[in-house]
Amino acid sequence: MKTLPRLVPATAVLASFALAVAQGESVADVAFALDTVALLLSALLVALMQPGFALLEAGLHSSKNVINIFMKNIADFAVAALAYWAVGFAIMYGGGLFLRNYVTGMNVPNSADFFFQMVFAATAATIVSGAIGGRMKFGAYLIFSVVMTALIYPVMGAWQWGGGWLSQLGFADFAGSSVVHAVGGFAALGAVLAIGPRLGRYAGGRAVAMPGHNLAYAGLGLFLLWIGWFGFNGGSQLAFSTQADATAVADIFLHTNLAAAAGGVAALLVSWALFKKPDISMTINGVLGGLVSITAGPDVVTGLSAVAAGAIGGALVVGSVVMFDRLRVDDPVGAISVHGVAGLWGTAAVGVFGGANLGVQLLGTFSYAAGAFVAGYLVFLALKVTIGIRVSPNEEVRGLDIVEHGLPGYSSEDRLRDPVVVGAGD
Amino acid sequence: MKLITAVIRPERLPAVKESLFAAGVRGITISRVSGHGGQGGVVETYRGSPYVVEFHEKVQVQIAVSDPFVDPTVDALVKAARTGNVGDGKIFVQPLERVIRIRTGEEDTEALTPVER
Repeated sequence: MKTLPRLVPATAVLASFALAVAQGESVADVAFALDTVALLLSALLVALMQPGFALLEAGLHSSKNVINIFMKNIADFAVAALAYWAVGFAIMYGGGLFLRNYVTGMNVPNSADFFFQMVFAATAATIVSGAIGGRMKFGAYLIFSVVMTALIYPVMGAWQWGGGWLSQLGFADFAGSSVVHAVGGFAALGAVLAIGPRLGRYAGGRAVAMPGHNLAYAGLGLFLLWIGWFGFNGGSQLAFSTQADATAVADIFLHTNLAAAAGGVAALLVSWALFKKPDISMTINGVLGGLVSITAGPDVVTGLSAVAAGAIGGALVVGSVVMFDRLRVDDPVGAISVHGVAGLWGTAAVGVFGGANLGVQLLGTFSYAAGAFVAGYLVFLALKVTIGIRVSPNEEVRGLDIVEHGLPGYSSEDRLRDPVVVGAGD
Repeated sequence: MKLITAVIRPERLPAVKESLFAAGVRGITISRVSGHGGQGGVVETYRGSPYVVEFHEKVQVQIAVSDPFVDPTVDALVKAARTGNVGDGKIFVQPLERVIRIRTGEEDTEALTPVER
């Protein structure tokens, strides 16, 4: 009897469905409502990844750039909502501008279909923010966000999810290892190459660490991303009201979590072996690498292969972060490794573990990587030669919070113990 | 009268307070400070790249004492703050020209004598 109160909500839901049927509403009406509510809740979980990104990036950057990171994350979410609604969605899925004359093929209202896709576009856009943090002009970043969500992501998204040439080849990318993550990650690579490393990052011919100012923020950001990912992958089933769909979503939850956990454990162990201490920022990147690695095929793997895909992704991310550092590609948050490199692997993994054609998987994922890299690089180059993308060296040393937004994120006292940056005055 | 300033390890503060109290010293001011002496920088690794932690967190203790209390205070500080490792800190003893207790206007040694309660 003690467990009775817990049963009440479930019983109430069942009762309301029973009532709905009894009142003459069809089972189809109930399915429509259930599909819509589940999709909207999934979209909200994906939206929860936005504060996740903001906290993760802010924590891994210096205390002098924390306002700038949050402003970029707030602004790119807002810009995505507008630009994808006005232009991007029509390019990717058809219909007219401003969502006019669009008819969804899903068992939900047009606006629910759009809202779920919009939060994905916002995710692709915000991936770039952390990689170019600490040195970019805010205005130029805003323009990039518009181009990303109105053009770059929609044009390439249409190749697969809009029924384009890759979907016709049988390419498999369930929730977007390539369509969202590789696109965000390789656009970030192009952007980083165009803007260059932070001042002093490679002073004296070697990589100099610039530790994040609040690893607890970064950890909290990771938890939000991890939780949000269940909406990202689970919601991508797009239908929930049949037994088959509900079972698929539950399996996707299980596989997504297994891959995340395996990625985190793998990165933790690899970083421990390489650096003598278990590195929190690498473990965070490892969990995310595991999540990206399962995103292309959470519906077609087994539990064991989800663990394998995630673990390889997590380990790959650690090696990739070190490699990009050797190449002097300054990505303070590891976005290129987490979303780009693990995105490539996750898409290939559907060929290895999930029965998709490996050749088509590789063709598709490298097409996304190459397209996003070129687009990201060219947009940044165009911005560079017109309005400029980088703050002055003096402004960079002072920090973007003061220079770009006119107020400090923290009192100067909190910054006294920031680690020394060798060669920052170069 | 002397102003005694000690820069100590934060984790030794509880022992230092106890030791000063046992020596009969009353009235201390503490603040968080950052710096380094002979300890120098420590090299750590972050995301695979080395970095130098140059400034270490310390606690600064300031005590104004009358002449008979100078040696007991210094002894109490040294005894409680010492671990024997580099980074234990320093004690600076400076002459004090004048001390005024704001509440009563008492000066110098009178101002430094603890109030009986």
